[in-house]
Amino acid sequence: MNSEPALKPVFYLSLDAANPRQAEKALADLRDGLSQWRLALALARLELRNRYRGSVLGPVWMSLSTLIMLIGLGLLYGTLFKLELSDYLPHLAVSLIIWQWISTFIIEACSTLINAEGVIRQMRLPYTLHALRAAFRNTLVAAHSLPLILVVFLVFGRVPGPEAFLAIFGFLLIGINMIAAGLLLGMLCARFRDIPSLVANAVQLAFFATPILWKPELLGDAMVWMALNPFYALLETIRGPLVEGGGPLLAWVAALFYTTLNVVLAGAIFARFRARIAFWV
Amino acid sequence: MARICAEGLRIEFPLYHLGARSMKKRLLGAASRRVKADAHNRVVISALSDLSFTIESGERVALVGHNGAGKTTLLRSLAGIYEPVGGRLTVEGEIGTLIDPAAGMDILSTGRENIRLRGLYRGLNAEQIAALEAEAAEFSGLGEFLDVPIHGYSAGMSIRLAFAVATASQPQILLMDEWFNTGDAEFLAKAEKKLEQLITASEILVIATHDMDVVKRWCNRVITLEAGRIVGDGVVDKF
Repeated sequence: MNSEPALKPVFYLSLDAANPRQAEKALADLRDGLSQWRLALALARLELRNRYRGSVLGPVWMSLSTLIMLIGLGLLYGTLFKLELSDYLPHLAVSLIIWQWISTFIIEACSTLINAEGVIRQMRLPYTLHALRAAFRNTLVAAHSLPLILVVFLVFGRVPGPEAFLAIFGFLLIGINMIAAGLLLGMLCARFRDIPSLVANAVQLAFFATPILWKPELLGDAMVWMALNPFYALLETIRGPLVEGGGPLLAWVAALFYTTLNVVLAGAIFARFRARIAFWV
Repeated sequence: MARICAEGLRIEFPLYHLGARSMKKRLLGAASRRVKADAHNRVVISALSDLSFTIESGERVALVGHNGAGKTTLLRSLAGIYEPVGGRLTVEGEIGTLIDPAAGMDILSTGRENIRLRGLYRGLNAEQIAALEAEAAEFSGLGEFLDVPIHGYSAGMSIRLAFAVATASQPQILLMDEWFNTGDAEFLAKAEKKLEQLITASEILVIATHDMDVVKRWCNRVITLEAGRIVGDGVVDKF
């Protein structure tokens, strides 16, 4: 009665325009893409190696420029806002480094599918792979700057309590958002070529509208409105645990809400238009 | 057993970044056969329309036709890259594609690194990648050039590498666009032997070509495409 498993094809492709099974295929894409994380990581490292080819310091330049920015902005804005450096610099260090991680990802997410055109048209690969590779690439770059947070903490003797472990959830939330936003922005930008410029402008504006240079407490009673800013909410899930003893509950709720929204939106659009991506790039 | 089955397969390319409406009107003029408007009133190029065929294991199929007849598009659809807008496509068997040999290669990486990268693209494990590396390195005959970044390769060397990598794993279904006529005579003989070896394993070859010599020597079935439709399908002898 047993059928011969050895005769089962290794690869089975069944495409039917009348019965596209969109959700099923989108989920399969996500599963296959995540399971090929080794390839995504190898491609991310390759891209970084090529980007910094011939440069002696390579990605360390990123950490250096972050360090210079931290010192410069810390002294300037600390004086402007009349804040103690020991209070302001840890805030600025965490905010700026996490912001650079998120913002460069968003900008690069716009080109992740467009740049992969050659591969997309040569072999059938999960599209999730390209979102994952952009996330890895930016995380690797950010990882060069992360130790600066530790340095600032040590210099000012700020040792966060056990609530710092909550930041792990913050990193996890940002990771989930990156996969979702990578697919969503990658698709939108492949289809509508004006979106990358629009996104670049929005990110620039968001830098000033998000408490990075300034502290949210400066807003006073208006601080509750900050929850409307998804960048604030996500930033707070890491900054809260590391420098504020946990972060406001409202920010955590908002972060969860925005993550869900992002995942649902990206999932719906990805399921609906996944099969069209090869025609867009 | 490997098998390909297409029923009423239809592929349309949308023309997105068209400018003015007048351009659209002109494209959709009375004489247009392949440029048309789809259900959403978008301008599309009908790349493949209503293709039905079955390819069984052991068949070596040549796709012939003029430039723009839809040969490469059909290869890409069979590889699962372009999904059909209409009809059905079923492909059973592991697919290997030789459509654009340079795609997915990183020109700043060495030949060896590119072989490993291709192994990762295919989802192989560390052990399989080592085997792929050994086999492709041997077959390509690149010797010391394997450890040189491939932007220093000649066209023939790039093709050797691509061919070696693509054929090292013995796909059940080999989809290829004609490109291997570069390279020296010695390698061509070697490549031919390798292809024969792949085909005698009773699998499917689909090759897009203009060269009737290739058709006669390697194929036993010819599908002729014209303007995205099948206008002929038969055994090689008729040509």
